[in-house]
Amino acid sequence: MKPARFQYHRPTNLSEALEMVATLENYKILAGGQSLMPMMNFRFAMPDHLIDLNQVGELVGIHEENDRLVVGAMTRQHHIHRSELVAKLCPLVPEAYDQVSHRQIRNRGTLGGSLCHLDPASEQPCFTSALDGNIEVQSRAGSRTISIHDWTQMYMTPALGSDEIMTRVSLQPWLGPHGWCFLEYARRHGDYAIVGVAVMVALDAGQKIERLSISLCGVAPAPLRLSGLESALVGQAGDKRVLPAVHEHIEAIEEIMHDAYNSSIYRRHLTQTLTARALGIAFERALKAH
Amino acid sequence: MQEELHIHLSVNGKAHDCPVSTRKSLADFLRQDLKLTGTHVGCEHGVCGACTVLVNHQTARACLMLAVQADGCEITTVEGLANADQTLSVLQQAFKETHALQCGFCTPGMLTTLTELLAENLNPSEEEVREAITGNLCRCTGYQPIIKAGLLAAERMRALGDEIMTPFGGPSR
Repeated sequence: MKPARFQYHRPTNLSEALEMVATLENYKILAGGQSLMPMMNFRFAMPDHLIDLNQVGELVGIHEENDRLVVGAMTRQHHIHRSELVAKLCPLVPEAYDQVSHRQIRNRGTLGGSLCHLDPASEQPCFTSALDGNIEVQSRAGSRTISIHDWTQMYMTPALGSDEIMTRVSLQPWLGPHGWCFLEYARRHGDYAIVGVAVMVALDAGQKIERLSISLCGVAPAPLRLSGLESALVGQAGDKRVLPAVHEHIEAIEEIMHDAYNSSIYRRHLTQTLTARALGIAFERALKAH
Repeated sequence: MQEELHIHLSVNGKAHDCPVSTRKSLADFLRQDLKLTGTHVGCEHGVCGACTVLVNHQTARACLMLAVQADGCEITTVEGLANADQTLSVLQQAFKETHALQCGFCTPGMLTTLTELLAENLNPSEEEVREAITGNLCRCTGYQPIIKAGLLAAERMRALGDEIMTPFGGPSR
């Protein structure tokens, strides 16, 4: 057997699970298992207790609530990918899921699992950031909501207390006509992005940028929201005339991730190229939406 | 320590009721406990796709699921893909004809993956077949014959229409 010894727990409701995280030491929560199980098979992760949330039905579901799109933490990625409600309210999300791993993985993987695992190259924290996601967590003491922008504490470390479980995430759909685009570059379809970019844009009647959202993955330990660039571009023409400013802004990003395979220089160049391309597609879609 | 749990599941239409170690993967359970060695174990961390099985008609990596998580599920492995009379399924026959396998190690995962695709989409483009198997590594064929097999099977299944039975016992959608 590959994983080290652990005690397996299978709660059937949230309060049972919350009791477990409040009392057990050195536990890990098992969501879809598409990252945790490999880590356990390698024995990078050796929890004493494994709390399997797959029987907790109340953590699954997709619905609209107060103009926000709410997704239960244990909702499978495949269901979100193919959901008509998601496609209607946040078309950026299925476009991003086109790039998320393989079907076999999306059938099991969950949005909550991905947001708690927080791989810096993952598409899911990136679109959650572009759509100003709020993450709801619960403990025996009650619940709290954390903005995705405050969720990442450091590399692969979410702001989740040891007595808390993430219950759902809500995204902010854009109501008026707008454009969107998710683009990434990976060596093989379905691999984690080397760099990925999520863009949302709304244009006014004079085709000037009214509202803009740009988030990057694969660039920093957390999804990087380019809010400085966003505010600089609002009021500018919604076409390729903004591209020099985009290029310059990305040139000025202080630190860009690097690893044995991809240097920061390459990643910066890729970020510039992909952001320009994604903006072009989003502008076109925004024009068509009018 | 709770080392074992009793599980009840159906594998290729046959019900099983047995105790299983809580840290045993579904792949190891199928191979070691049920002696269904058609499901191959390659990388054991979700990269190669050889262990892909159908869990409630949907593909999953059997190395990334614990056997206890399959409690109550309907599992289909490569052993369950042939027709009821044990002749090759349309997809398997297409693999044979187009030489879509050489060593055969990746084949169980390729077949289960493409079975899911064809159950949902009888008219896939070449691009869609390619994308469907991005999660399955093959080191012999260079993939081209596998893609050919997928497209050939789709074509034959379209021609057969309602006569075609899926491994799930109903007409394909």
